[in-house]
Amino acid sequence: MTPILMIMAFAPGEAAESSGGLPQMDVSTYPSQLFWLALTFGILYWLMDRVFLPKLGGIIEERRNRIADDYDKAAEFKREAGEAEEAYRKALADARAKAASIAAETRASLDEEIAGMQADMDETLNQQIAAAEARIAQMQTAAEAKVREAAIETTKAVVQVLIDEQPDDAAVKNAIEAAQAS
Amino acid sequence: MTAVLATLAGPMEQFEILDIIHLDLAGVNISFTNASLWMLISVVAVSVFMFAATNRAQMVPGKMQSAGESLYQFIADMLRDACGSEGMRFFPYIFTLFMFIFSCNLLGLWPTIPGLPYALHTFTPTSHIIVTFALAMVTITILLVYGFYKNGIGFLKLFVPSGVPWWLLWLIPLIEIVSFISRPISLAIRLFANMLAGHMILKIFAGFITALLAAGPMVGWLAIFPFLGNVALFLLELLVAFLQAYVFAILSSVYLNDALHPSH
Repeated sequence: MTPILMIMAFAPGEAAESSGGLPQMDVSTYPSQLFWLALTFGILYWLMDRVFLPKLGGIIEERRNRIADDYDKAAEFKREAGEAEEAYRKALADARAKAASIAAETRASLDEEIAGMQADMDETLNQQIAAAEARIAQMQTAAEAKVREAAIETTKAVVQVLIDEQPDDAAVKNAIEAAQAS
Repeated sequence: MTAVLATLAGPMEQFEILDIIHLDLAGVNISFTNASLWMLISVVAVSVFMFAATNRAQMVPGKMQSAGESLYQFIADMLRDACGSEGMRFFPYIFTLFMFIFSCNLLGLWPTIPGLPYALHTFTPTSHIIVTFALAMVTITILLVYGFYKNGIGFLKLFVPSGVPWWLLWLIPLIEIVSFISRPISLAIRLFANMLAGHMILKIFAGFITALLAAGPMVGWLAIFPFLGNVALFLLELLVAFLQAYVFAILSSVYLNDALHPSH
């Protein structure tokens, strides 16, 4: 007899009648099984409901809250950091603007000063140039007069030598002016 | 060969209920049997596991606590998917149900230590239909009691789906009632039959091994095939042990959903 055939022999149909049939169909064991199932399952349920699950659920809940809190805190810190950065940027921009305005002011005042100095210098130079020009003109006039005087003297001396005659000043002067004009 | 087989335990002997301590309560036999012993072992095993998981519960969990929390989340998610967040009131029951069935199934696969007396052989309480049926009836009782408590007479809408044409009103409730009654039966038989069949096949293959070995050196080497078959079957049974506990728990959740939302 192979084991397969042995199973056939234990088919539930026959089991009900034969005493050695399917043990699951033996009604006389039911009260004991039900009693001990109720007892053991009941105890396990009580332990789960009162002890284990609240503890496990509690710690899971606590962790979830903690994580949520930490997220909130992180968001808060991030916001604060953003604000600080914003303030820093603003301060930097202000400082830059201030620096730029100071530079501009300084440049303007320097330009003004330079312009003033230049104007003064120009005026002084112009005055000196004018004075120099006046002096040059004066010297030129003086020199011309002297040259004419010298020419007259020279002419008189030449005439004296040539014709042994003292020409008068006015005639010489006229002659020279005529020669100069020609 | 027949003589050899006759001395071997039949595939059904592993399901026999044997008294360990005989007890009587008002004439009813409530003996502490091998079935009781293995229910107790399962409950103790689960309790020890849960104690290890929750003892010194910490914000950053250890290994045992992680395992416990994973199971907790697994069952909680399953229940929430089936019943919504209101269904969490059934969580202790569903969790206990899952853990109890799973540990009974799993510990029942433990190989018997050779030489122990029959009554101490490894036993699977969930391979008995009275146990699985009782568990199924607990689910159905919770469903009925809570359903009527929460919805009053409106709970009967469960048997009259909305949108049924008037001329079918006599037939549909009948079908619904039949399907309702078949729920505990299918729950009970599914688990029981899976456990029964798995253990029977394991035993039959084991029987092949001994039979072939006993048949002499000529065919003895063939025993390797049923042996390998048993190894594969055992792995499958480990999966089945988990799967059937899961199926029982998820179907219980789905049924309990009807207590919360009877009109479907």
